Amino acid sequence: MVTFKVILPANDYMAVLPQIVLVSTALLVLMMGVFKKLVNASAPGFTALAGSLLALGCVLFVGHHGAPSSTFGGMVLVDGFSFFLSLVICIIIALTILVSLNYGNFFNCMRTGEYYSLLLMAGVGMIFMATAGNLILLFVALETMSISIYALTGFHKKQLKSSEAALKYFLLGAFGSAFLLYGFAFIYGATGSLDIIKIAGFIKTHPQMLNMKFLVAAFVLTIAGIGFKISMVPFHMWTPDTYEGAPTSVTGFMATGVKAAAFAALIRVILVPLAPMQHSWVTIMWIAAFLTMTVGNIIALVQDNIKRMLAYSSIAHAGYILLGFLAGTGLAQAGMLYYLMVYAFMNIGAFGVVALLCKKGEEYTSISDFAGLGFKYPLLGLVMSVFLFSLAGIPPTGGFMGKFYLFTQALRSGYVWLVVAAGVNSVISIYYYLRVVVVMYFSPQASENSIVLGSVSPGIVIALATAATAVLVMGIFPSYFFSLAGNSIFSLM
Amino acid sequence: MNDYQSVYLALSAILFALGAFGVICRKDAIVVFLCVEIMLGAVNLAFVTFSRANQSAEGLFMVMCIMAVAGAEAAIGLSIFVLLYRKTGSINIDKFNLLKW
Repeated sequence: MVTFKVILPANDYMAVLPQIVLVSTALLVLMMGVFKKLVNASAPGFTALAGSLLALGCVLFVGHHGAPSSTFGGMVLVDGFSFFLSLVICIIIALTILVSLNYGNFFNCMRTGEYYSLLLMAGVGMIFMATAGNLILLFVALETMSISIYALTGFHKKQLKSSEAALKYFLLGAFGSAFLLYGFAFIYGATGSLDIIKIAGFIKTHPQMLNMKFLVAAFVLTIAGIGFKISMVPFHMWTPDTYEGAPTSVTGFMATGVKAAAFAALIRVILVPLAPMQHSWVTIMWIAAFLTMTVGNIIALVQDNIKRMLAYSSIAHAGYILLGFLAGTGLAQAGMLYYLMVYAFMNIGAFGVVALLCKKGEEYTSISDFAGLGFKYPLLGLVMSVFLFSLAGIPPTGGFMGKFYLFTQALRSGYVWLVVAAGVNSVISIYYYLRVVVVMYFSPQASENSIVLGSVSPGIVIALATAATAVLVMGIFPSYFFSLAGNSIFSLM
Repeated sequence: MNDYQSVYLALSAILFALGAFGVICRKDAIVVFLCVEIMLGAVNLAFVTFSRANQSAEGLFMVMCIMAVAGAEAAIGLSIFVLLYRKTGSINIDKFNLLKW
């Protein structure tokens, strides 16, 4: 008689509790998609929402206390940084699901179980990217996220634009991950390990490694691979096309979640272990940050499609966040995290408003469609203005405080000209953000394309109200959030 | 590092460059995707070589993961190609120019 015993290895399962919750919800929702006849059409969406809120609760419940540690043989790191990023990503997932619930009223294919399942799976990938302690897990998590999002991008099956966006994102994304992997191979060759902590230790004890060509090549290839994901110029070409073609609810998710996870990976893989070789990368990253801000802002000036404009603006914001990467101090990294959090709220909010302005099977994405919106729907106009002011960096919004932290830290580290360029860029960006506000409040409404709010579910009202409140609170009382970000950086392993 | 290892690394670099060149120059979406797969093959070769040089098995695990992920990627990619082929009757990437500037 043979008995089978299931032996779970002794690990700290609490550390991955949010991910476990998200994966189980994703599988449950997927099964609901299969048994369509048995469940209500709106059940998958609400189940996914419940799962994401439960995961958010788990993040807060598990929290982080005491010294940073690692579990699963060094695969998963448990520290303040993981906690902060998991929190931000869970908030992003919950807000995206709230936006999608309403968006699904206009497009039936967005109500299916597989849509929410892919969304949750992408979220799991993002959280694992932020908590990974090993390059193997980091790569698998990155691909879990990317593959789910390739599919989500093409979810408007009837629209050629959406499929084209998916094709472009898929080909360039796969190309980018090949570069990332080649970079990882060189890191492995130079240091003999794929464990991030061991890599950092090896580099510290062998300073002569820093001049090795292998490590420089590894750095360049890795930064190119991650640059694809954070849409750093010159790897940004896919961004506007993909953001425009993808369903708006997915665009908001891509713009915030993918960026947060990819910047987390950047800090984990590059900034912490490879910090001693900073002198050899400063010039490259200086140029990249400068180009990213400038190209994004200049091209955004001439856009008429609001999704495309927000896409170029997201490129520009990646440039601002790279300032913190260059400055390299702990406070600058805290500024990066603070900015990522504000950016999540304001961008999901802005895309949420665009996702709300639809009619059955059609979106209004041209900026001129927004004419007269501010007086027709005063609250919606107000909320959209808050998000746009915050993106432009006008006080008293969170966007202003985020830029303030990043710019002062970069100035302290001596990047005067780059900060001047960033300041000029912020001024340029005010033009195109305020253009939307001007159109909303000061243009007469054209008779033929009057926007009528079709269906407004309570979910999206909650999502927009939460995002707008968060943007304002983070702008008026920034110190709590900044110290949260700071603590998470200083407990980084 | 022995001689044979630098030969393998050189081969991997050549394969990687060939793949990257193909991605940039070819127009057929499936051929572009095959070129990405060639790049991943080059990466696998580099990992195996380094794993031998470092006397550690981590690189071999990575190769397994890369192969599994490449399979998943192919599944998604081919379904996107089929979707586009059904709509337009072509998968030449020059023809997809709805989205620009």
